[in-house]
Amino acid sequence: MPQIDRIAEPWGSRTPYGPGKSWPARVDSYLADGIVPADVDRWVQSASILHSNGDAMDIAVKDDRIVGVRGRADDRVNHGRLGPKDLFAWQANNSADRLTKPLVRRDGRLVESDWDTAMDLVAGRTRELLEERGPSSVGFYTTGQLFLEEYYVLGLIAHGGIGTSHVDGNTRLCTATAAASLKESFACDGQPGSYTDIDHADVIAVYGHNMAETQTVLWARILDRLSGPEPPQLVCVDPRLTPVAAAATVHLAPRPGTNVMLMNALLRELISNEHVDEEYIEAHAVGFDELTKMVEPCTLERAAEVCDVPAVDLREAARLLGTAQRLLSTVLQGFYQSHQATAAAVQVNNVHIIRGMLGRPGCGVLQMNGQPTAQNTREAGADGDLPAFRNWSNDLHVTDLARVWNVDPMRIPHYAPPTPLMQMLRYVEDGSIRFLYVTGTNPAVSLPELARIRKVLSQERLFLVVQDIFPTETTQLADVVLPAATWGEKTGTFTNADRTVHLSEKAVDPPGAARPDLDILLDYARRLDLRDKDGAPLVKWSTPEEVFEGWKECSRGRPCDYTGLSYDKLRGGSGIQWPCNDEHPDGAERLYADGKFFAQPDYCESYGRDLVTGAPVEPTEYRALNPTGKAVLKAAEYVPAHELTSEEYPFHLITGRTLFHFHTRTKTARTPQLQDAAPEVWVECSVADADEHRWSEGDVLRVTTPRGEVTARLRVSGIRDGVLFLPFHYGYWDTDAGDEPAGGGRAANELTLTDWDPASKQPLYKVGAAAAECVETAAGHAASAPTNTASAPYGPRGDIPATRGQTQALVTEELESTGAAS
Amino acid sequence: MTWATTLKGMKGNKVGMAIEELHRAENDLAGALLNLSDQQKVDHEVFYVARDIAQWSREHVRQLAGVGRDYGLDLDPEPEDESSLMARIKQKGAEALGRFHEPSLLLLADLRHVHRTAAGVSLDWEVLAQTAQALQDTELLEVAQSCHPQTLRQMRWANAKLKETAAQVMVTG
Repeated sequence: MPQIDRIAEPWGSRTPYGPGKSWPARVDSYLADGIVPADVDRWVQSASILHSNGDAMDIAVKDDRIVGVRGRADDRVNHGRLGPKDLFAWQANNSADRLTKPLVRRDGRLVESDWDTAMDLVAGRTRELLEERGPSSVGFYTTGQLFLEEYYVLGLIAHGGIGTSHVDGNTRLCTATAAASLKESFACDGQPGSYTDIDHADVIAVYGHNMAETQTVLWARILDRLSGPEPPQLVCVDPRLTPVAAAATVHLAPRPGTNVMLMNALLRELISNEHVDEEYIEAHAVGFDELTKMVEPCTLERAAEVCDVPAVDLREAARLLGTAQRLLSTVLQGFYQSHQATAAAVQVNNVHIIRGMLGRPGCGVLQMNGQPTAQNTREAGADGDLPAFRNWSNDLHVTDLARVWNVDPMRIPHYAPPTPLMQMLRYVEDGSIRFLYVTGTNPAVSLPELARIRKVLSQERLFLVVQDIFPTETTQLADVVLPAATWGEKTGTFTNADRTVHLSEKAVDPPGAARPDLDILLDYARRLDLRDKDGAPLVKWSTPEEVFEGWKECSRGRPCDYTGLSYDKLRGGSGIQWPCNDEHPDGAERLYADGKFFAQPDYCESYGRDLVTGAPVEPTEYRALNPTGKAVLKAAEYVPAHELTSEEYPFHLITGRTLFHFHTRTKTARTPQLQDAAPEVWVECSVADADEHRWSEGDVLRVTTPRGEVTARLRVSGIRDGVLFLPFHYGYWDTDAGDEPAGGGRAANELTLTDWDPASKQPLYKVGAAAAECVETAAGHAASAPTNTASAPYGPRGDIPATRGQTQALVTEELESTGAAS
Repeated sequence: MTWATTLKGMKGNKVGMAIEELHRAENDLAGALLNLSDQQKVDHEVFYVARDIAQWSREHVRQLAGVGRDYGLDLDPEPEDESSLMARIKQKGAEALGRFHEPSLLLLADLRHVHRTAAGVSLDWEVLAQTAQALQDTELLEVAQSCHPQTLRQMRWANAKLKETAAQVMVTG
């Protein structure tokens, strides 16, 4: 069978197809060296947890160890394909340095302990604080990488048991704006579009979304359309020359922080060229007059100046958007982590509403997620929202949730919006939160302004619990460390960015005394002796499947209705999209067909927020604005970014990811193929900036902002002039210091600014000003940045070695049609 | 429109006085917001949002100076600069400040002050909008219609922020 180096060719072989046709299957598999399929004892069903795409796969097990993976050909998401992280990163599960025993801090040092001791400490400190200072002194910070069942239990413990509103996930950093923008436009979270819209679209607009690196398999689907008959045209908005930008018909590379101006100008052009569906707007939307008025001053010429993009390119982009027959748009961090995040993402929704392009094949919006289970963090209530998209400012929804949980409605905190992560940290800083329970995330690398974060988290008065699978920068600051099981070692479900629910089954036992997150949370609830209003245990379940059944009841009748699903139904075959219920027994491909929304005042999840101030819209205001539950065209004025470039800090600084790593590299750096592809931090600048400062490839630059400094080798890439890019993956756990910089910093977040979008509360990693100077010349070294991604060297490559995986990255591809790789 | 023209020309006319008063009040509101921002640097969202929406009041000051000319007023189109505003506010506020040694209580007090100031400005805009309609002064009406919604947003923000933080400050502080 054909084999291919999937580090050198991350998207694999092409299987071209035309509009309206089915995407051909291609089954990718990778097994450990020396293992052949006949050696495998069993294949266990799962899906990927290293990005948001939800690639379905089977885990190969031999002698009770994971030995490889194979894509599931029948799955609607990936049709058998896997990305490089899917193919290789399972090896991290088998690392020798997994956390295998609970650790507790004694005399300032973390020492090995046992579960009873550690959990008594955790539950004991929680109870003490509840008695002394009340529920508002307790906070929970979770992730986008646990399973649905775990989030639902966490939300129940925090909201229904302890009664704190301080619950959030690191989804706040990656997908909060996706949720917020959907709540603004449709008054409810829930992805309108479907991945299959790629099969039908004639124009695909990709906003701040380096899909080629964040969702390699979805990008392969677009590449296959591009290489087939009647390919779609692409519009790309990105300050970097990403693979998406390189494939685009029009590439707009705006000045960082100006997305709202760009979008307003495009909308103005659509409206003035009458590329709008007036009938649809009249029947299905409110707010068109306000939108028209708001965008009126945003001419192409003004936007060209503010965004520093040629007016002719803006006009061409507007023409493509305006004349598309089937328009698909996708949005990610270039909008979500930049200035005016929600306002910008909402304008993408507005393009679809005014063009009447929702709920039909090829006509969809994908407000993307960054993490595999982020959708569940949002829908199960672990991001602070109430579960199943219940509205915290609708008393009837709170009463209904109290019925499901059998608690007094007063026990569920709903007197104010849930506390977002960055505000929780402020409460930790001011000492009003004294207990923080972190699950599956590494804030000591992933949050902005790390010097501040380290200070906040290492305060004596804070009791910090960290539950993870590896020692990290954050576990080193903890009072108690709880060793968790991960993917392949526990059972549960999760939902991808197009609402596809997958079951992930346990393949092997976790190492040592590590336990599934669900078991740890159930243990915590038992030790706290949380009770419902009849005195029975509040958390009544003991297995993932029981929790799933409980969750189904909680979701009944809500937009994310899971009542038609079961573990049995999810076994074999394809993942299934919610809503799945009596009305949609096989799931629903697209939301909002025929202009029907979840936006009725009594039903909707959210009344929205002011896009500039973040103030929640009052229920009475919303009822007056949108009594019958139409889509809301929400307009926003452009506001200049908070930190602008200056003589002292002349560059814009943006951070982001590379294809070969995930988050803070805890798994991907323990995967040889991935680590070798991107072993060390780098910084990118443009050719013109390099020429002006007489820098060249491989020079060591010191990048500084008022918050800190990072040193990194320079890659001269296709990024726009005046912008520096740093990947955010690199921290300190694999350096001598362990949890903080020794000398020059390596983590991009040493430099970032503490500022967040007032509407979505997402921290802004893609604004801020920086200075850079060369501290050491290259002397023959090139930057170790990948050469086949957005960090590719621009122009002649000289001696820069190409990114290759060689024999250790050879992956088998089985093509549906021809059986031959091309 | 002779009576309207006459009214505009009269020295010390009531409409002119209202515009002048609002011009002062918007400067005050900008000052209150900038002061709040300054006091709450550690509360990042308050720090940035207060500064962003202080700009609205500063823009209103410019527009009021523009329409003021029709009523024989010579108002400064430049909003009071930040340092002189802050100095004035600090003098006024020193007494109030002294009562709060808890910084988080000060946040609540500052938000309350912004809300009250914005409420006053909002009512002033209401008066001007009504007057403009009676006088059929479309220019003044347009200014009122474009500025007043932003005043309401400033008010709602102060209210929402207070609602969001009150419990944490009062219960766990």
